[in-house]
Amino acid sequence: MATVKIPPVLRPSVGGEKQVEADGASVGEVLRSLAAAHPQTQSQLFSADGELNRYVNVYLNDEDVRVLDGLETRVGEGDTLVILPAMAGGR
Amino acid sequence: MATPERLENRPCGGRYGDIVQSIGNTPLVELKRLSPKPGVRIWAKLESRNPTGSIKDRVAKSLIEDAEARGAIQPGQTILEPTSGNTGISLAMICKRKGYRLQVVMPDNVTPERTQLLQMYGAEIVYSDGSKGSNGAVELALELAERDARYYMPYQYGNPANPAAHYNGTALEILEELDEISAFVAGLGTGGTLMGNGRRFKEELGDSVKIVAAEPMQGEPVQGLRSLDDGFIPPIIDLSLLDRKIFVTNRDAIIWTRKLLDEEGLFAGVSTGAIARVAVRIANELDEGNVVFIVADDGWKYLSSGIYTRPVDEIENLDATVWW
Repeated sequence: MATVKIPPVLRPSVGGEKQVEADGASVGEVLRSLAAAHPQTQSQLFSADGELNRYVNVYLNDEDVRVLDGLETRVGEGDTLVILPAMAGGR
Repeated sequence: MATPERLENRPCGGRYGDIVQSIGNTPLVELKRLSPKPGVRIWAKLESRNPTGSIKDRVAKSLIEDAEARGAIQPGQTILEPTSGNTGISLAMICKRKGYRLQVVMPDNVTPERTQLLQMYGAEIVYSDGSKGSNGAVELALELAERDARYYMPYQYGNPANPAAHYNGTALEILEELDEISAFVAGLGTGGTLMGNGRRFKEELGDSVKIVAAEPMQGEPVQGLRSLDDGFIPPIIDLSLLDRKIFVTNRDAIIWTRKLLDEEGLFAGVSTGAIARVAVRIANELDEGNVVFIVADDGWKYLSSGIYTRPVDEIENLDATVWW
């Protein structure tokens, strides 16, 4: 069971929760179980072809999974997935 | 690439025709106390030593000189740019020196020093909704530029002259001083520092050099997006150049900013604390090699927030401030 931290913009889709638990051995599996439990998140997290939506960043603990193995990135017991919207930084 | 003579302890940073030309050629300083093991050396590239105190002097110079070279701007013209501070301050100095007007669009929740510095160099400020973070500033600036053709917007987020400042500047300076680099760590904002340096290092040193991004985990009060579709990815970012991308909370960034000051005497801004934290983590994972990280700005602009003197738990608006 992994913990998934939900950003404010997605909370209305998960009943207002700040974090939820979801099963899965990879990032893709965990996010698909989240979407199965909270169907409104499906179209926000995934594009039509099942890839991670462009403006969604997912971190395994604190590392962006896009520069790890994407949705195939392994998730262990006790790991946390953090979902964050892609925002401009910079100055 | 030819190897120029190294600048070890050279007492003078060079002679220049004016302040704009003196941008760059910053010191590379070893931080021995931060190094976790003898074989791993940590080096800080002090971009805080640029004329306005940040790495953005290089970017602003490159953006303006590129526009001049293309004939896109004329003296007296108004330059417009979304920026939460440092790029604006650098552009303001350069525009004042070169005779352009400058308007910056900036979130209304940045530290007051930024407003003063921008006004000091004669820039006009348009505030955007702070709850939308930098996204709000980008959005408003694009709208303003769309409405009025008299503006020239360099647009650091999408302009190749931004990474080029590092590809042709910062990276070459570092390669002049070090033969081997195991990891390069910088902050991810527009992506210019990481893309420009990363591309040059990969070309010169191959895949053995790891390019590592430290990015801010913005506090919830500044994640005020209505929908994920309002997200933003700077067009100059190519994620395939990055080997790691690690977020740092505001709290950890401030703790490490203090650590740099306490242990190494290095007075730097908040993003540098975050970058140093990631650099030391990467250093811990290595057995030997050089880890280079960027000191993006100095600490003067953050003094009023109390981060250098107050306990971290007493800092106001820790998560409601766009620190970097």
